[in-house]
Amino acid sequence: MSGINVTATAVFIFFFVLVTVMGFIAARWKAGDLNELHEWGLGGRRFGSWITWFLLGGDLYTAYTVIAVPAVVYAIGAYGFFAVPYTILIYPFIFLTMPRLWNATHKRGYLTGADFVYGAYGNKWLEGMVALTGIIATMPYIALQLVGMEKVIQALGFPHEGMTGHLPLTIAFLILAVYTYRSGLRAPAMIAFVKDIMIYIFVIAAVIIIPAKLGGYGAIFDSAQKDFAAQLATNPNVARGVLLAPAQIWPFITLAIGSAMALFMYPHSLTGVLSASGPKAIRHNAISLPAYSLVLALIAMLGYMAHAAGIKVQNPQDAVPQLFLAMFPSWFVGFTFAAIAIGALVPAAVMSIGAANTFTRNLWRPFVNQNMSPSEESTLAKLMSLVVKIGALIVILFLPTQFALDLQLLGGVWMIQIFPAIIFGLYTRWYKGGALLAGLIVGLALGTYLSIGPTSWVPVSKAFFGIPLYNGLTAVIANVIVATLLSFILPANKSDELTEADFRDAKA
Amino acid sequence: MRYILLLIPCIASVVTPFYNMTDPMLFGIPFFYWYLMLLIPVSSLFIWLAAKTGGDDL
Repeated sequence: MSGINVTATAVFIFFFVLVTVMGFIAARWKAGDLNELHEWGLGGRRFGSWITWFLLGGDLYTAYTVIAVPAVVYAIGAYGFFAVPYTILIYPFIFLTMPRLWNATHKRGYLTGADFVYGAYGNKWLEGMVALTGIIATMPYIALQLVGMEKVIQALGFPHEGMTGHLPLTIAFLILAVYTYRSGLRAPAMIAFVKDIMIYIFVIAAVIIIPAKLGGYGAIFDSAQKDFAAQLATNPNVARGVLLAPAQIWPFITLAIGSAMALFMYPHSLTGVLSASGPKAIRHNAISLPAYSLVLALIAMLGYMAHAAGIKVQNPQDAVPQLFLAMFPSWFVGFTFAAIAIGALVPAAVMSIGAANTFTRNLWRPFVNQNMSPSEESTLAKLMSLVVKIGALIVILFLPTQFALDLQLLGGVWMIQIFPAIIFGLYTRWYKGGALLAGLIVGLALGTYLSIGPTSWVPVSKAFFGIPLYNGLTAVIANVIVATLLSFILPANKSDELTEADFRDAKA
Repeated sequence: MRYILLLIPCIASVVTPFYNMTDPMLFGIPFFYWYLMLLIPVSSLFIWLAAKTGGDDL
């Protein structure tokens, strides 16, 4: 193992040990009875504006994002920037809808999005499908956090292949699994402070130091454009460049809109929102979370900086780690890699908790055991959080990474399909549960069908008049049409326990 | 008013043909990039304004 960067690895391990200790201590933070699911899985809904800011920031802007967004920018340019309009679109949406969802869930004791769907429509099959969609879409997302982590561990000089190559990743993930089991949502909430501050430090350093070394932003964009022009000369089939090609514009817009609609349907996003202490904390965050979007935009720029620094990699996902190795002293490389790896732990933990909460509440409870006590719920959710994480680890260890990437792409397409059930339900109960279920199934089927490409899964297809649109968006339009038409025909919902007052802020 | 204020940054972020250009540049950064990055804090401002005018509890 002569290739290991000792200084960087030592710094890396230091920070990793630090957050591990925090993960275990977190069980005692804002102490509550962890044998109750709302305490283990939602932190007792006691996270104020600041904690929610760090937790949601750490939860939504994942390690995979830090690796993947600049990788797309490095590979094809401006198209990768779709992440910026995407993350602009989500906050007006959160501001409007999520305080309503929080109020209703708090008043009625719901813990998940699917709990709310059951309360609104009284249809356990719809509830179950919403939960199942969320869980299946989340699993590959967790697996991709491992990819982000593996990239930086490899860049430290650890071998790429074989069981010894996977050993550091396996150890890191098992530690994560144990303290999530013990501390629940409090663990990622506490670790998120460290992670987010580290990310801010390395991004600010990177966007100042790297351009200074490479001759400024003008030179960076020039050299990226030069590389793209050369690549276009050899392979004109893949559009790339510092600006969007005309054919990329509709995919860019629809991918941004579709991704924004999908994000807050994921169980981990809802877990982050529902653990807030109130609608006020959510509104504060809708205004302040865009700070992370700015960081994401700057991280995306790293893809161009890699061109200017002459980084040539086979796999674009290696571009950022290699850029840091070329630009920074070893100790700071260790710091940035630790930030990325810890950046994987926070979302992986929240995702597994979110999936475990919804499995327990919306699959196990309605379909297997209707009379679970709070402590039985908590025990089952803890076990599920382990199962989900070990499942993700097995996927990464034994299946090609492409498998997780493809599933993640499909996961986004699937996730949007629960948008009508949850978001429409915040404003009207006119829709019928059975109609929304039919729409959801049509959306899932159509989205999956559209994504089957000639050689691989594709995110975009020409659905209307030859205009290329994001499949998730096309499918959700079909979903809404089916749900609307059937709602005219089907009989009224069996139960509707919600009233408009449930959605409004409680009077202080 | 509240809804219009929230809609403005959303529309501004998806009128892609309008901002898909190089000039005017800022510090060597093409318009496409600095426009989108500037829009991030601007969108925050609009959400804050929507909260203020809508009488939401902040």
